[in-house]
Amino acid sequence: MASSATALRTTPLHEVHRRMGAKMVDFGGWDMPVQYSGVLDEHHAVRRSAGLFDVSHMGEIEIRGPQALELTNYISTNDASKLAAGQAHYAGMLYTHGGFVDDILVHKVSQEHFFLCVNAANQDKDYEHIRAHNIFDATVKNASDQYAQLAIQGPRALQILQKLTKTELSGIRYYHFVDGEVSGVPARIARTGYTGEDGFEIYFAPREALRLWEEILNAGAEFGIKPCGLGARNTLRLEAKMALYGHEIHASTLPWEADLAWIVKMDKGPFVGRESLQAAQEKGRTRKLSGFEMTGRGIGRDGYEVLIENIPAGFVTSGGPSPTLNKNIGLCYLPVEAARPGQKIQVVVRGQAVDAVVVETPFYKRPK
Amino acid sequence: MYPENFRYTKEHEWVNVEGDTGTIGITDHAQKELGDIVYVDLPKAGSMTEKGKTIGSVESVKAVSDIFSPVSGEVVAVNELLATAPEKLNEDPHGSAWLIKIKLSAPDEIKDLLTAAEYQVYVGAE
Repeated sequence: MASSATALRTTPLHEVHRRMGAKMVDFGGWDMPVQYSGVLDEHHAVRRSAGLFDVSHMGEIEIRGPQALELTNYISTNDASKLAAGQAHYAGMLYTHGGFVDDILVHKVSQEHFFLCVNAANQDKDYEHIRAHNIFDATVKNASDQYAQLAIQGPRALQILQKLTKTELSGIRYYHFVDGEVSGVPARIARTGYTGEDGFEIYFAPREALRLWEEILNAGAEFGIKPCGLGARNTLRLEAKMALYGHEIHASTLPWEADLAWIVKMDKGPFVGRESLQAAQEKGRTRKLSGFEMTGRGIGRDGYEVLIENIPAGFVTSGGPSPTLNKNIGLCYLPVEAARPGQKIQVVVRGQAVDAVVVETPFYKRPK
Repeated sequence: MYPENFRYTKEHEWVNVEGDTGTIGITDHAQKELGDIVYVDLPKAGSMTEKGKTIGSVESVKAVSDIFSPVSGEVVAVNELLATAPEKLNEDPHGSAWLIKIKLSAPDEIKDLLTAAEYQVYVGAE
């Protein structure tokens, strides 16, 4: 394997991943575990019981001050004034031209304090973007170095984490969070995730990462919890049709093309990108993110071309096997008129046009 | 780990020559690197191949990897097991999960391939 000239960034759990035999990959400049026991095994563990992910590479940006709300609302598409303290939501951060800088989670800690979780590879760009648009009485801090983040996901996540905290976890509703303790470590405990399962994402001081990692694995041992890598994280989020920056969304993607109109609140007042969105809205949507299933033999993967009756129609943004459904699935952009379930398409798999069909998404929804 | 009577390529295929026929597979190292194998694409029996030419592909959950023919000749058998049970490649890559059999047109090509000991050193150092 080729060695890289520039040093990769690492999380506080880097040594543990290596020691536990995880297979490591360069993920956007970070040396991260792609798998432990195997992608399929880890994927099924999360759907059936629980999995633990080191997601400390994710960035954290804190916005504070008398006008923290105004700044947060100005740099994001969702309406942060609707959040209660202890509530979070998904949002887009847009360029003036309307494309995505990043997709983010906005947590309202208090009226004067918002906590943003952003993509690892985008954190520096995001920080600069927010600073550049800070015309308010608010401060912006890139606090990524001050947080480790673990995601504990799956139907058993609550039971496992409950063994380690006095916080009543069943009282935390989906997309809400509580500042509490896990194993005596002060932690922000959020009922959020990127797998389509119930679960929690916890933020805490990096020096405690090793201890919490081990305590959660021990607490979950009786339920068969598995340490998981980015490979399973990707198959899980794809089944749940959750967007990945750089794949479904880019600097050139408009929110509604990616089926994300629900995170854009046009009437909330001015925000970066709003005028461009308004102009684009008048022109109407030309393409739409669509889910497909392969009906022929082959796996449609990221970047493969999509045809409709032999005419180029788009590209696969994310694709691969779905371990839960035991089918080969994917997402692609299609002209709006073709973006309806039942539409026959073809995916060019290594020079061969292989049949596929547009299907309803998400591919997987957890049983309630 | 690596059978003494096989020969190996740096692209992680193996060939086991018996008489004028070579059985081709991928190595244990290759299956470990790929992870969970979910799909195998192989040539049809009767097709011709040359040493170094792509004869198919193996796909894991996260990646696609080409298979290169270690020898030249005619494909005389294809392992049908892999169409329905590609995961066998993770379980038994040097045995029941062989890929194809080739009737060798240039048996001397074998001499250029790595021995088990050489391959072991090669993957150890990679």
